[in-house]
Amino acid sequence: MTERVLEASERTRAAKTRQRISVRPQSAKSKLAGSFHTPLWHRVAERLIAILALAAVLAIALIFVFIAREAVPMLWEAEFAEEVQIRDLFFAKEWKGYDEPVFIWQPVGEPAKFNVVPLFIGSLKVTLLAMLMSVPLGVGCAMFIALYAPRAVREVVKPVIELLAGIPSVVLGFFALMVLASWAQATFGFHFRLNAFVAAIGLALTIVPVIFTISEDAIQAVPSTLTEAALALGARKYQVALRVVLPAAIPGIAAGVVLGFGRAIGETMIVLMASGNAAIMELFDFSTSVRTVTATIAAELGEVAQGDPHWRVLFLLGVMLFGVTFVLNILGDLFIQRLQKRLTAS
Amino acid sequence: MSNLTDAAAEAPNDVKMETRGVNVYYGDNHAIRNVDFDITDRSVTALIGPSGCGKSTYLRALNRMNDTIYSCRFEGRILLDGENIYDRSVDPVEVRRRVGMVFQKSNPFPKSIFDNVAFGLRIGGEKDKDVIAERVEESLKGAALWDEVKDRLQSSALGLSGGQQQRLCIARCLAVWPEVILMDEPASALDPIATAKIEELIRELRENYTIVIVTHSMQQAARVSDFTAFFYMGELIEHGKTDNMFTRPSRKRTEEYISGRFG
Repeated sequence: MTERVLEASERTRAAKTRQRISVRPQSAKSKLAGSFHTPLWHRVAERLIAILALAAVLAIALIFVFIAREAVPMLWEAEFAEEVQIRDLFFAKEWKGYDEPVFIWQPVGEPAKFNVVPLFIGSLKVTLLAMLMSVPLGVGCAMFIALYAPRAVREVVKPVIELLAGIPSVVLGFFALMVLASWAQATFGFHFRLNAFVAAIGLALTIVPVIFTISEDAIQAVPSTLTEAALALGARKYQVALRVVLPAAIPGIAAGVVLGFGRAIGETMIVLMASGNAAIMELFDFSTSVRTVTATIAAELGEVAQGDPHWRVLFLLGVMLFGVTFVLNILGDLFIQRLQKRLTAS
Repeated sequence: MSNLTDAAAEAPNDVKMETRGVNVYYGDNHAIRNVDFDITDRSVTALIGPSGCGKSTYLRALNRMNDTIYSCRFEGRILLDGENIYDRSVDPVEVRRRVGMVFQKSNPFPKSIFDNVAFGLRIGGEKDKDVIAERVEESLKGAALWDEVKDRLQSSALGLSGGQQQRLCIARCLAVWPEVILMDEPASALDPIATAKIEELIRELRENYTIVIVTHSMQQAARVSDFTAFFYMGELIEHGKTDNMFTRPSRKRTEEYISGRFG
């Protein structure tokens, strides 16, 4: 009996479907022959898009070439060899008047001492410290805004944090120099007013919005079906956040961190203003001044003669910074790809 | 009218969940209107009706999943073993541990097969590895998936086929030992063979669980369910034994829907 009713229902449905479908009228002639090829303007547009994409890659390659062109002559120039030994750029040397081999950056000293190590130590130190501050802050903030904040709070906080990204870094640098430095000295009793710590806070202010925005997008993009699955199994809100949403959003968050890192290591103005700019070879003490690669280039390039050994070394710094960021970005990308693969199965 | 009440009349003591005067609103949209309905213990109840009739909303009301929807408002009482799950003192998390859910689209976590099934136990505080392993095996067997995955428990759940993923979701649900399982069109995204497997599974699970299933397929409702409830425009039009509903529907609307005149 049941079967009969159901069969009838199927028949009515099929009949209704037949009525609804419209069919190409028999009389319409098809002109297949003329339309075998993709329209010309489609092909032109596709080429154009490809050219534009290549232009972006080419621009980056050319930037590298032109910077490198200023640095490379140091390998054979007599003027350079007279003043600087390439080995001394990277290794410690016992200069006259010193008791031990030292890494030292003293371009106006006599003789001029160009050792890039303290500058890279400075850059990495400030950047890592800034990352240490901004990653937990940015990701935590993103988690809160995406998962916990009531709608009203989200609609205020999100644009405000994103607005922070639009503040010129010179303004943040000024803030770090005048306000943060005094506060930090009063609070932590630093011997030097401007130091790695102050610069790192300033830097963190610029990268928190980067990490926040990308992490928040990544968290929002976690399918709600996963959240619902966890809730239906009796997960509490924090368990959903920590065990389901966060792991699923990790590739996106990692992308934000990589981007933030690139931004931080390339940032110039804040570190120039707030770090004290003394090239001190100190790995772990954050209360001493640092001089970063970027600040060195910005401060010194305007005052050296073109083609001078100092000029060449500054361009070498540029090439090396370019290389370091490039390699770190690629490593970050590979890491993200691996994470993604693990999450979506091969 | 006898069809309307025969479920309750035949087995008055076997009621697992009672719905009393339930209204659900999404903002201004009155999605469920005054539904009174009893769900019989250890049986399969199918909810049918045209798209947008509120059957899924009603299903989600049974384990308080609607709580997670921002604009959703609930009125009335739903009793689980005589206890109102919408009572102020009731923790929705506890309700969901007793009333599990399987969704329309299989939604395994991007973790290993083992971790998927163990998830509910772990968040419930179970630490004993042997207990977890035992329960995972038991649940996978219960969901008729064990033989297919026992050699690759540590590989990603996303590598399974659609039908296997859905059975994994059922296993994941079984692992926390729910009393009631809600299924929201569990086979609508699957091919006929996978669908047959799920249906067979549902019939087996009926021995130990109370199952409520939303389905668009009348054939499926006829095949797997003991009781059927027909929803239309947010109202419960008719409910009763499946055999009676499909052969002698007492309401015109039901008959029209079942025979395919609308929907």
